[in-house]
Amino acid sequence: MATEAPTMRRTPLYERHAELGAKMVPFAGYEMPIQYEGIVAEHRAVRGRAGLFDLSHMGEFFFKGRGAGATLDRLVSSDIAGLAVGQARYGLLTNERGTIVDDVIVYRISESEYMVVVNAANIAKDRAHVLARLGEDVALDDRSFGTALVAIQGPRAVDILGSKTDADVRSLPSFGVTQGRVAGTRATLARTGYTGEDGFEVFVANADAAKVWDALLDAGREAGIKPIGLGARDTLRLEARFSLYGNDIDETTDPIEAGLGWTCKLDKEFTGRDVIAAKKAAGPRRKLAGLVIQGGVARHGHEVAHDGEVVGQVTSGTYGPTVEKNIALAYVPTPLSKIGTALAVRIRGKDVPATVVKTPFFRRPE
Amino acid sequence: MSAVPDDLQYSKEHEWVRADGDVATIGITHFAQEQLGDVVFVELPEKGATVRQFSSLGVVESVKAASDIYAPISGEVVERNVKVIEKPELVNSAPYGDGWMIKVRLADKGELTQLLSPTDYRSHIGETAGAGGD
Repeated sequence: MATEAPTMRRTPLYERHAELGAKMVPFAGYEMPIQYEGIVAEHRAVRGRAGLFDLSHMGEFFFKGRGAGATLDRLVSSDIAGLAVGQARYGLLTNERGTIVDDVIVYRISESEYMVVVNAANIAKDRAHVLARLGEDVALDDRSFGTALVAIQGPRAVDILGSKTDADVRSLPSFGVTQGRVAGTRATLARTGYTGEDGFEVFVANADAAKVWDALLDAGREAGIKPIGLGARDTLRLEARFSLYGNDIDETTDPIEAGLGWTCKLDKEFTGRDVIAAKKAAGPRRKLAGLVIQGGVARHGHEVAHDGEVVGQVTSGTYGPTVEKNIALAYVPTPLSKIGTALAVRIRGKDVPATVVKTPFFRRPE
Repeated sequence: MSAVPDDLQYSKEHEWVRADGDVATIGITHFAQEQLGDVVFVELPEKGATVRQFSSLGVVESVKAASDIYAPISGEVVERNVKVIEKPELVNSAPYGDGWMIKVRLADKGELTQLLSPTDYRSHIGETAGAGGD
């Protein structure tokens, strides 16, 4: 068995994070910034103005060839066959057991080229999963380690990015993807993100990452842009109820119980479809529910109790700086997942009252 | 505000003590709140409870994680800071002021000698005298 190299990878923006005084932590094999100024201030900057994220640890798989669309349509739970050039879609890589290998976004770059963005921690696993199931007339090009990703998110993102690119980002629809130049460098620009805000993800070659980062920070200065670490990325995504792979979903969870049934196009063939369809028909035994905790912060792994009995487990929990509540996601038996149900989260041996609430916890005002 | 005020005593676990007669006020240091990040929840013992030196007296939760607060001295809780329970961010903005945690009636004044002086605490957190603070 091969042993994994213990060396931490660094993104091409590592020096920038150091200069900005970021606190660095190991994450998915990378040294990543967890925060610069502070999680709450960064969170609020994204909701109110704009934030800049280094997400270069994320993986980018390119699928090329006449068979690329057909292969991806079988690998991914959502409707990839129906994706037009310039469109992107969220979906799941599923296995034959109908559980979740990863959650991904598939971008149709051209007639015969797709980019799939995968979670950093899953790059090797996903590559093996995909290679074992590759169809005809398609080649996989894993450019994860050569591609940098800079995300700009928040209500001012469109103006800031718009001032630094020749791409028409203002008319790019949500989940649209296009090619253009950002700060003079070739980039793929998509109106996607993980914050619940309007925003963009900009993919460039590693060598160009610093140029793009500097240009966007500079262009956004007046608007109050801030660099954002993984800490605020987590509070932002949880308020918006986006799943975090490894916390809320993994290979022991299925899309139906995770509330991701909407990503499964059950009238097409894809890996694990029959199992997922059967689960949907039978109804899930448990569901991922949103909780608000009255006093205390729930964390991943905390037990959820009902009438003094353990009935489930918290998968994600934090203080939500915008909703100003302690929020969590937890798997609980379906009958206890109804909105308004009174539960408790066991925090340091005490049962702290919690209520099942509607999610997302935060929705951006239209 | 100094990062390590000269009129306090400190524990290695980053609590401070301000002794006034036989009552002492306890809080966590500027260094501690900086390490924690944004504090969003504080759990403190009720008035009348007893705390024991170097044992956990309560918990501070930041967005990132939960951390124990250790009692730098033993005694009976005569007051807990209700304001910091309602506004946990006071721990960040005023760790030596409105962000204090509890007041205790000292059980044994001799315990105070086991605490660190400002100079010792500064070297404990790797800060050179006079540096830092704002």
